Amino acid sequence: MAEPRLPESLIQSLGDQLLPVRRLPPPWVRTLGWLVVVAVIAAGLLAHYGATHMMRRFEAAPDIAMAGVGAVITAVCAAWAAFTLGVPGRSSRWAWLPLPGLLLWVGASGLGCMRDWLGPSAHIAAFHEASDCLIFIISLSVPLSVLLIWLLRRACPLRPVLAAIMIGLASAAASAALLEICHAFAVAATDLLTHAMAVAIVVLVNALMGGRLLQPALK
Amino acid sequence: MTATLTATHSIGLDIVLSRWARIDSTVSDAAAPIGDTQERQRAAWMAAAQGGDRRAYEQVLAASVPLIRVAARRKGVAVDQLDDVVQETLLTVHRVRHTYDPSRSYDAWLSALAGRRAIDALRSQGRRGSREVHDELAYDMHPDIDDATAATEREQEAQRLHDAIASLPPGQREAIEQLGLKERSLAEASAETGRQTGALKVNLHRALKALRSRFHGES
Repeated sequence: MAEPRLPESLIQSLGDQLLPVRRLPPPWVRTLGWLVVVAVIAAGLLAHYGATHMMRRFEAAPDIAMAGVGAVITAVCAAWAAFTLGVPGRSSRWAWLPLPGLLLWVGASGLGCMRDWLGPSAHIAAFHEASDCLIFIISLSVPLSVLLIWLLRRACPLRPVLAAIMIGLASAAASAALLEICHAFAVAATDLLTHAMAVAIVVLVNALMGGRLLQPALK
Repeated sequence: MTATLTATHSIGLDIVLSRWARIDSTVSDAAAPIGDTQERQRAAWMAAAQGGDRRAYEQVLAASVPLIRVAARRKGVAVDQLDDVVQETLLTVHRVRHTYDPSRSYDAWLSALAGRRAIDALRSQGRRGSREVHDELAYDMHPDIDDATAATEREQEAQRLHDAIASLPPGQREAIEQLGLKERSLAEASAETGRQTGALKVNLHRALKALRSRFHGES
C-alpha cells in the first residue's frame, strides 16, 4: 500500500530546510560540565572559609563526612540521570541511579542525628541557625537548577517531570554538599529536618516548574 | 587516567542500561539480521543528515514513516489519526535531530518520539471526546441547516476562523492565505511572497496545527 502524499510533501519541505546540526554531547560529558561549575563554587567557598574547620568536624564525627560523600554521589548521579533522560529512547530506569548515594546521604545524616541525640555533647542548631541552612541550600540550588534546566532545554526530555525531579535532587544535593564546607555546627534533628525540607522544596519546585520549562522542542 | 576510567565506566553503565532499555523498545526488529542491517542503514542516514546531507535525510524520514505508524498503532492510535501522528513526529524529528547519537539505536530514538506524539494525539482526542455530546434525541430535534440561526452560526464560525488566521504569526498567515484560501500553487505562492516553497509548506503545516489546536480548545 502506498503511503499517503502528505508525509511525502512534508519530508520534501523538511529536506528543503535541512541545516547541519551540532550533535548533543554524551550525558556524562554534559554532567562533567555542570560539575565543573559546582567545583568552582566549592573552590570559592574553600578559599573563603578554609578547610580546617570542615576537616576538624569530619574527624570528630565521621558520619558527617559520610553524609557529605553521599550528597556528592547523589548530585553526580542525579545530574547524570537528568542528562540521560534528556535523550529520547533512553530508559526511565536511569532515575534510580541516584538512589544508592541518596541512601548513604540520608542514612549517614540520620546516624549523626542519633549520635547527638544520645550524647548531646556537640553544639545543637538553634532554629535561626537551621533556617540559615534552609536559605543556603535553596538559594544555591536556584542557580544550579537554572543552569541544569538551561542545559537540558537543548535536549528533549520525553519525561520532563522525572527529569525535573532529577534536576532538583542534583542541585539540592550539590548545595547540601557545599554547605558542609561552611557548616558551623554538628548535624542534629532540627538541622537534619531543615536540610530535608530544603531538598524537598527544591525538588518539588523543580518538578512543578521544570516540567513545563523542559520541553521547548515538543511545544 | 582518571578521565579515561570515568569515561570507560560511564560507557559501560550506559551499555548495560541501554540493553535493559532496548527490551522496552517498541520496535523489536533488532534481533532479525535484515532488520538490524536496515536499522544500521537508518542510523547511518540520520548521522549523515545531522551533517547536512539532504538525500540521506529524506531517505531516513521516508523510512521512518512505517516505524512511526507501528509505534502509534501500538499505543492505540486509531487508523484515521495515524497521519497526524506521522506529521507531528516528523516535525519533532526535524527539531530534535541533534539529540540522536549515531552509536545508539535509531529505531529506539524514533519510537520514543513517535510514542510521545501518539500519547499527545490520544490525549487531545480524549479532551475533544469529553466535550462532545452524543445525544440522539438532541440530534433529531436539531433544527434544519437552512434556518436563520444556523446561518448566523455559520457567519460566526467564519468570523472566528478569520480572526484565528489573523492571529497567526505573519509567515504562517501568509502560507495559509496563499495556499489555503487563495488556492495558489506552491510555485505561484513562492513567486508572490518571495519565500522558498519548503518554508511555505512547513508554515502551512504549522498554521494548520495551530488552527486545529485552537478550534479543538488545546491552546
